[in-house]
Amino acid sequence: MSDFTSEFWNWYIILISLVSIIGCGIFLWMQSIHKPKSGAAETMSHIWDENLQEYNNPMPKWWMWLFYITIVFSLVYLALYPGLGRFPGVLGWTSAKQHADEVAAMDSKVGPTFDRYLKTDIKALAADKTAMETGQRLFLTYCMQCHGANAKGSKGFPDLTDTHWQYGGEPNQIKESIMEGRTGMMTPHPDLATAESRQKLDDLVSFVRSLSKSDVDPAAAARGKAIYAEMDCVTCHGPEAKGALSLGPDYAALGAPDLTAGVWLYGGTTEAIRNQIVNGSQNQMPSWKDFLGESKVHLLAAYVYSLSNKK
Amino acid sequence: MSETQSTYNYKVVRQFAVMTVIWGIVGMLVGVLIAAQLVWPDLTHGIPFLSYGRLRPLHTNAVIFAFGGSALFATSYYVVQRTCHTRLFLDGLASFTFWGWQLIILCAALSLPMGITTGKEYAELEWPIDILIAVVWVSYAVVFFGTIATRKVSHIYVANWFFGSMIIAVAILHIFNSAEIPVSFLKSYSAYAGVQDAMVQWWYGHNAVGFFLTAGFLGMMYYFVPKQAGRPIYSYRLSVVHFWALIFTYMWAGPHHLHYTALPDWAQSLGMLFSLILLAPSWGGMVNGIMTLSGAWHKLRDDPILKFLITSLSFYGMSTFEGPMMSVKTVNALSHYTDWTVGHVHSGALGWVAMVSVGSMYYLLPRLFGREEMHSVKLITVHFWVATIGIVLYIASMWIAGVMQGLMWRSANPDGTLTYSFVEAVKATYPFWTIRLLGGALFFVGMLIMAYNMVKTIAGGKAVDLPVLKPAAQHA
Repeated sequence: MSDFTSEFWNWYIILISLVSIIGCGIFLWMQSIHKPKSGAAETMSHIWDENLQEYNNPMPKWWMWLFYITIVFSLVYLALYPGLGRFPGVLGWTSAKQHADEVAAMDSKVGPTFDRYLKTDIKALAADKTAMETGQRLFLTYCMQCHGANAKGSKGFPDLTDTHWQYGGEPNQIKESIMEGRTGMMTPHPDLATAESRQKLDDLVSFVRSLSKSDVDPAAAARGKAIYAEMDCVTCHGPEAKGALSLGPDYAALGAPDLTAGVWLYGGTTEAIRNQIVNGSQNQMPSWKDFLGESKVHLLAAYVYSLSNKK
Repeated sequence: MSETQSTYNYKVVRQFAVMTVIWGIVGMLVGVLIAAQLVWPDLTHGIPFLSYGRLRPLHTNAVIFAFGGSALFATSYYVVQRTCHTRLFLDGLASFTFWGWQLIILCAALSLPMGITTGKEYAELEWPIDILIAVVWVSYAVVFFGTIATRKVSHIYVANWFFGSMIIAVAILHIFNSAEIPVSFLKSYSAYAGVQDAMVQWWYGHNAVGFFLTAGFLGMMYYFVPKQAGRPIYSYRLSVVHFWALIFTYMWAGPHHLHYTALPDWAQSLGMLFSLILLAPSWGGMVNGIMTLSGAWHKLRDDPILKFLITSLSFYGMSTFEGPMMSVKTVNALSHYTDWTVGHVHSGALGWVAMVSVGSMYYLLPRLFGREEMHSVKLITVHFWVATIGIVLYIASMWIAGVMQGLMWRSANPDGTLTYSFVEAVKATYPFWTIRLLGGALFFVGMLIMAYNMVKTIAGGKAVDLPVLKPAAQHA
C-alpha cells in the first residue's frame, strides 16, 4: 500500500485510532462509577432561568451496554479487516480483491458461453435467439445512453437500425467500430462565416440539400456544385458526395457521411447544414475492447448487425 | 444605557424567529418543485434557472442554512441570554449577524439558480460568499461566547455546550473545506485534489450534519423540552457523557460517504466503525429528552408544542439508528446512491430538525411578542398532524423506492448481464416519487398554517424586551 508517505503516518493512524476507541470506553466506565442513591432522584443544585434544573439519574444500563458493544465490535473488526494504518487485518480482505474475486467468479460461470459466441460467425450469431437476448441486454446497459433503448440514436448519435453506415455495416466493420472506437471530424470553415462569403455559403448549402431534396433553387445548387468541387469537401465526401465508404474500403475509417442519402446526424435543415459547414464538429465512439473484452464486443456487433439485417 | 442593560435583547431573536418561518416556506417550496420535476420531468420546460440541477442546491442551502440557520441563531441567542442571566454581548454585532446572514442567503438565492457553484455538496457557494459566511460566523462566535463570558451564573447550562460546540466546529469545517483558489470573481477551484478533496468534502459534509443539524438542534432540545414539559433534565451525567462522546466521534465518521471508492480501505473502515460507535452517543440525547418527560406523559395529550418536540426526538432516534446501519459497508453497497439516502436525510431534516425548530418557534413567538400563547393552539395541533403524515409518507416511500432501486441495480441474469437497464429502475420509481411529492407538499402546507398563525400572533401582540432575571439563590 502506498497510502502512507512515511512510517510516521502509519503509526500515527494506528495510535490515534486505538487511543480514541479505547478512550471512549474508559471515559464511559469512569463516568459510570458514580452511583447515586436509589429512590428519589438526586438533583444538581443549579437553577437557570427560573426553573431549569437537572436530575442526576445514572446512565441507563442498556444504553451503556450498547456503547460498550460498539466499542468491542470495532476493536474486533480492526483485528480482522484493514483499518489500523498498514496493518492489513487477519482476514487479508481488500475491496479491490473482493471486486476481482467477484468478477473472476462470474467470468468462470459465463465465460464458456461467451467463448462459444466468439467462435461463432457474426451473421450466424445474429440469427441465434438466445444470444441476441443477451446481446440486447448488453446493449441496454452499455450502448443505450447514446444510441437510445431502441437504437434509433439522436442528434449526433447515429441510428443503428437503418442501412446507412458511416464506417461500414459489414460484420467486421461494426465489430471494429465497437472494439477500437471511432473519431469523426467535420472540418470547420470559419472563413465562410463572413458577410462577403455569405452568398458562397448559401450556394454550397443549396447544393448539399439538392442532393436529397427537390425544393432547392437549381441555379443556386449549380453554383454550389462548383464551390463543392473547388473546396476540400471532395477529400472526404468524394466527388459524387456519396461519402467516404463509396471511395472504397481503404477510406472507410474517414467516416464522412453520404450527403445524398437524406440522413442527417446533425439535422438536415438549411440552418443545421450551414452551422455544420461553418463550425464543423467532432464526435467520438469510445473504444470498448479493454472494458468489455472481445467476446462481449463480438456479441454486441452481432446484435447491432441484426438490427438492420432482419430476416 | 442602564435601560438597555436591564432587558434581554429580544429584537435579534424576533428577527431570526420570523425569518425561520419565511425561509422554511421558501426552502420547502423549492423542495416541492424539484420533487414535482421528478414526477413530471418537463415541468419547467427546460428553463435553465429552473432546472433540477440548479434548484436542488438552492433547496438544500435554503432549508439547511436559511431555515435551520435562522432557527439556530434565534434559539441560541434566546437561550444563551436566558440561561446566562445577562443581555446578549454586543447588540451591534448581533444585529450584524442577522443582516449578514440574510445577505448570504440572498446571494445564494441569486447565484445558485444562475449556475454559479463550486460543485461541492452543501458548500456550493462561491468564494466571495464563503468569505462573508466566515466573517458572519466568527461574529456569531464573538456574540455567543461573549455572552457566556459575561454570565451571571457560575455553571454553563447544557444547551449552551451544544450551541457552543456547533459554532466552533462549523467555523473550522467551513474554513478548511472552502479553501479554494479564485480564478475570477465568480469562479474558484478547490485547494485539494482528487481523493483528498473528496475526503475533506465529506469530513465537512458529514460534520455539517453532525454539528449544524445535530449538536445545534440538541442545544435547542435541551432548553425547550424541559421548559415546555416543566420538568428537570433526566440526567446530568448522561448529558456530560453523550455530549463529549458525540462531538468527539462525529469528526471521524465522514469516510462512510465514500465506501467502495478510491478512498483507501483503512479510511473507509475507520469511518464505518466510528459511525457505529456514534449510535450510543447520539441516542443519549434522545434518552435524555424523552425521559425528561417521564412522570408527565399526560401533558403530551393536550400540548401540541410538546407533541412536536417529543416526536422530533423519536425521528431523531430513528435517523441516528438508521445512519450507523447505512454506514456498514455491506448495507451501504445496497443503499448508496439510491432514494434510501434521500429518505434517511429527510427523516432527519423534516422529522428531527424541522419538528424541533417548529416546536421551539411555537414556544418562542408568543413570548417575543408579549402574548400568553400562539393565536390559535388548535392550528398548532393541525400543523402537527399534517406535518407528521407528510413525513411518514415521505420517508416510507423513499425507503421502498431506495431498497427497490438497490435490488434492481444489482440484479443479474444467469448470463451475467443486468436484469434491468437503468431506465427501468427510474420507471419503477415513479409511483414512489409521486407519494413523496404528496408527503413533501403536506409538510409545506403545515408551514403555511404556521405562517398564518405567526402573522395573527404578531398582529395581536406587541414586541417586548423582558427584564433580565436575577439568578436563583443557589447561584448567588
